[in-house]
Amino acid sequence: MSVRKRRIYIDYCGMFILVLGLLVGSLMPLGGAASSPDTGTGHGGSHGNKNPGNGTTYSKKPFPVLSFDYEHVRLPFEISLWVLLASLMKLGFHLIPRVSSIVPESCLLIVVGLLVGGLIKMVGEDPPVLESKIFFFYLLPPIILDAGYFMPIRQFTENLGTILMFAVVGTLWNSFFVGGLLYGVCQLEGHKLAYVDLLSCLLFGSIISAVDPVAVLAVFEEIHINELLHILVFGESLLNDAVTVVLYHLFEEYSSVGSITFMDVFLGIVCFLVVSLGGIVVGAIYGILAAFTSRFTSHTRVIEPLFVFVYSYMAYLSAEVFHLSGIMALIACGAVMRPYVEANISHKSHTTIKYFLKMWSSVSDTLIFIFLGVSTVAGPHQWNWTFVVATVIFCLVARVLGVVGLTFVINKFRIVKLTSKDQFIIAYGGLRGAIAFSLVYLLNPKHFPMRNMFLTAIITVIFFTVFVQGMTIRPLVDLLAVKKKQETKRSINEEIHTQFLDHLLTGIEDICGHYGHHHWKDKLNRFNKKYVKKCLIAGERSKEPQLIAFYHKMEMKQAIELVESGGGAKLPSALPSTVSMQNIQPKKPSQDRALPQLSKAREEEIRKILRTNLQRTRQRLRSYNRHTLIADPYEDGWNEMLLKRKKMKELEKKMNNYLTVPAPPPDSPTITRARLASDPQAWGLKSVTESIPTIKVDLASPQSPESVNVVDEFSKKGSQPKEEEGGLTMKVPSPAKQRKDKTPDEEPQQRLMRCLSDPGPAPEEIQPLRSCSGCALHI
Amino acid sequence: MITIVMGSFQSLPDDHQYRTLSQKTGFSLEQIAILHNRFKQLSQNEETLRRDDLKTIQDLESNPIRSQIIEAFFDSRNFQKDVVGSVEEIGFEEFLTVMSYFRAPPQHITEEQREEIRRAKLRFLFNMHDTDNDGTITLEEYRHVVEELLSRSGALGRETAKGIADAAMLEVASISVGPMAPDEFYEGITFEHFLKILNGVEIETRMNIHFLNMDATVLCK
Repeated sequence: MSVRKRRIYIDYCGMFILVLGLLVGSLMPLGGAASSPDTGTGHGGSHGNKNPGNGTTYSKKPFPVLSFDYEHVRLPFEISLWVLLASLMKLGFHLIPRVSSIVPESCLLIVVGLLVGGLIKMVGEDPPVLESKIFFFYLLPPIILDAGYFMPIRQFTENLGTILMFAVVGTLWNSFFVGGLLYGVCQLEGHKLAYVDLLSCLLFGSIISAVDPVAVLAVFEEIHINELLHILVFGESLLNDAVTVVLYHLFEEYSSVGSITFMDVFLGIVCFLVVSLGGIVVGAIYGILAAFTSRFTSHTRVIEPLFVFVYSYMAYLSAEVFHLSGIMALIACGAVMRPYVEANISHKSHTTIKYFLKMWSSVSDTLIFIFLGVSTVAGPHQWNWTFVVATVIFCLVARVLGVVGLTFVINKFRIVKLTSKDQFIIAYGGLRGAIAFSLVYLLNPKHFPMRNMFLTAIITVIFFTVFVQGMTIRPLVDLLAVKKKQETKRSINEEIHTQFLDHLLTGIEDICGHYGHHHWKDKLNRFNKKYVKKCLIAGERSKEPQLIAFYHKMEMKQAIELVESGGGAKLPSALPSTVSMQNIQPKKPSQDRALPQLSKAREEEIRKILRTNLQRTRQRLRSYNRHTLIADPYEDGWNEMLLKRKKMKELEKKMNNYLTVPAPPPDSPTITRARLASDPQAWGLKSVTESIPTIKVDLASPQSPESVNVVDEFSKKGSQPKEEEGGLTMKVPSPAKQRKDKTPDEEPQQRLMRCLSDPGPAPEEIQPLRSCSGCALHI
Repeated sequence: MITIVMGSFQSLPDDHQYRTLSQKTGFSLEQIAILHNRFKQLSQNEETLRRDDLKTIQDLESNPIRSQIIEAFFDSRNFQKDVVGSVEEIGFEEFLTVMSYFRAPPQHITEEQREEIRRAKLRFLFNMHDTDNDGTITLEEYRHVVEELLSRSGALGRETAKGIADAAMLEVASISVGPMAPDEFYEGITFEHFLKILNGVEIETRMNIHFLNMDATVLCK
């Protein structure tokens, strides 16, 4: 291990121990103070924080210069310490590469939780337990919102039938199977378990059979499985919340009564529909509100992310008010608002939302697992071998049977059938997690005397699934050669053909005469385009078709990447230049040509002129420093033109980059101009001698962009060159004039230029790019 | 999602003919019967189908690539090997052959069969783009494709269509051919290059529609 690495480890360990010590220490002496109000016997051993108030007499003490008042900040302090601990743990795991590739993070976190819990118990205090309220109101929503906002809608809707089958029917099957069999076991067992009645068992079955989204996310994220399987298991874990909610409330309500009638079952079914659809409707309403609000945020970009978060959270809470499915509300809200909000908000807000969501969900996730570990140490346990072992076995068996049976039915309706490998992964990926734990914790011990036993059993199942299944799923995926996620970036060709396929399939369905999947999707899209987008998207972007939006997004991404990378001293290694426009344009003169063929003499003249003027420009530029370049962009027309030209060159270089995977060679004028962006002194031009005749077409070629850009300045701005500029603009009148004569031919040139320089539907779109070029200039 | 409405199951008029068709295209007998009904409906009970018959389908009106879809049905390359050109009218067999390109691959097939099916589907797409039957998709043809796709988007569509098509073409060239000298010329997308660029799209699973096994109330528009 290198010295540097060792130092990192030592520093890290030191910091971690410090924080851990703080945590345990904070709980220690004042744990007593916290619990004393509960005891109520008023034993005044509150560690001298208060004066036992005598009221009238007040003896004079010296003025306290430094005092210790921990109670004051106790709660936020502890919360922050826990969050800090969780985050440090996350850091730590990634410093140790070998461990994190074998053991999934969730396992490690639970182990840490166990250790911390053990530590606290050793010190003699009660470790804190994962309170259900904290879990459901603060820890769970960020994870679900993160999942819902970034849900791949396309795959989700394509597989919706399958997902619903697994979520609803699968969970019902699991609950009844496990509950029923456990009841049988309890009855058979006799003396110790006879008090467990059927309804309690069914309740337990319903709690434990729900696949947990937090655990699934935590494990599946690391194994990079293909999108279909990921969306199936994950979608199931999200949608089974409604079933769990209904079953839980149903059995909880009636377990005290002791029996269930047929009417109750019927009402339960109605309740299920209300809970799930109601949750979705509530979420959708808030989503539309958020989208509508984002229409007006163009002047206050800073608070845009706030709207996304607050509206979503309100959706969750509103659903919880009516005991509807909060998870489904959150998912619906995120999924509904996303396309519209993303069209309206700025790029920075988008990044902010993405990073905040990832950060919160990451912290939540970590905290949940740590608390699971701590609660295991803390929680009251009642171990019963039969019950626990039976639970684990029945859960596994139920899951496998359920998946196999359901797939058999589902495959009759699917175009792409699920293979047995897929089925195995789906069954194996049914992990249980903290939601089940919290639901059991919520049970009232008076009504459910066997609650502790349930708690123990649930924790065992959770540990089993997370540790055993979580750890082994990765080697199994490799062993079975399950298809992994394709990491390729979306290319423009794929996007074109995806759209093409959509329309094609819709057309074929229409010709066949039956309204299938594609027909309805197409109708929805058209409705969306015609009415909804107009309401919810601001300005011109409401009319932007998806292909163009995709194209612009790609250009923007490329441009930003380019600017971010092009400003530094390090440049990509020299690679031969790849394809450029002239390689694909037909050689024979088409009507796109705006310029006539120039004679050789003319060429020489032009070259000489350009060369001399560029040299002069170089001298001029040396007198500018980068600050004045930015400070007064409008004062001097030359400045503006320079900036604009820089921007266009960057765009063009971006086109080069985008269209070609490797970057242009470092000594090409494009790169030197990029270097110019960071250092105006470094204007070292390559000779502008080659290939002038193809001025029009050579936009992306590395050889003669300057000449093109000069001409382009004209086409773009159409302004008269200033006299005193000298330089490029003035001394190349002939080609420009010739071109000006041929206005109809100018059109295609302009159009091509504009296409390549990303006109965007709204001029404000240029703004972010401009600020980026500003950034580059300041590097 | 599918809508199944039980209708009457008509007796097969020409069993032997259906069986040969079923062997050739892979459809089941019920599916062929349903498609035959649809064919008769579209062609107004005649033996052959013309372009105008397909143009009467109202739902197709709003489809931006309508004309290309209709052309695909009359393109000889799609139902006869090694024949180019388009025909004026097609019979039921050709109709069914074109439809068979959209059948889902059966579940248990070997890798070679899967690859074959993929190639066939991609060949269909390729033929749709390659309108002049020369075996390559030139820049003009590709531009036409993108323009048609964006034809419902007004002026904005027309402007950027060219840029998008150019960018796409450049991408194909750089992926298939790699670095090119400035004076080399990329003729057009050949079928092999087409296969390469659409490698990431799982055509064999996506280019399918659900053919019903039971007769739905045929919604003729």
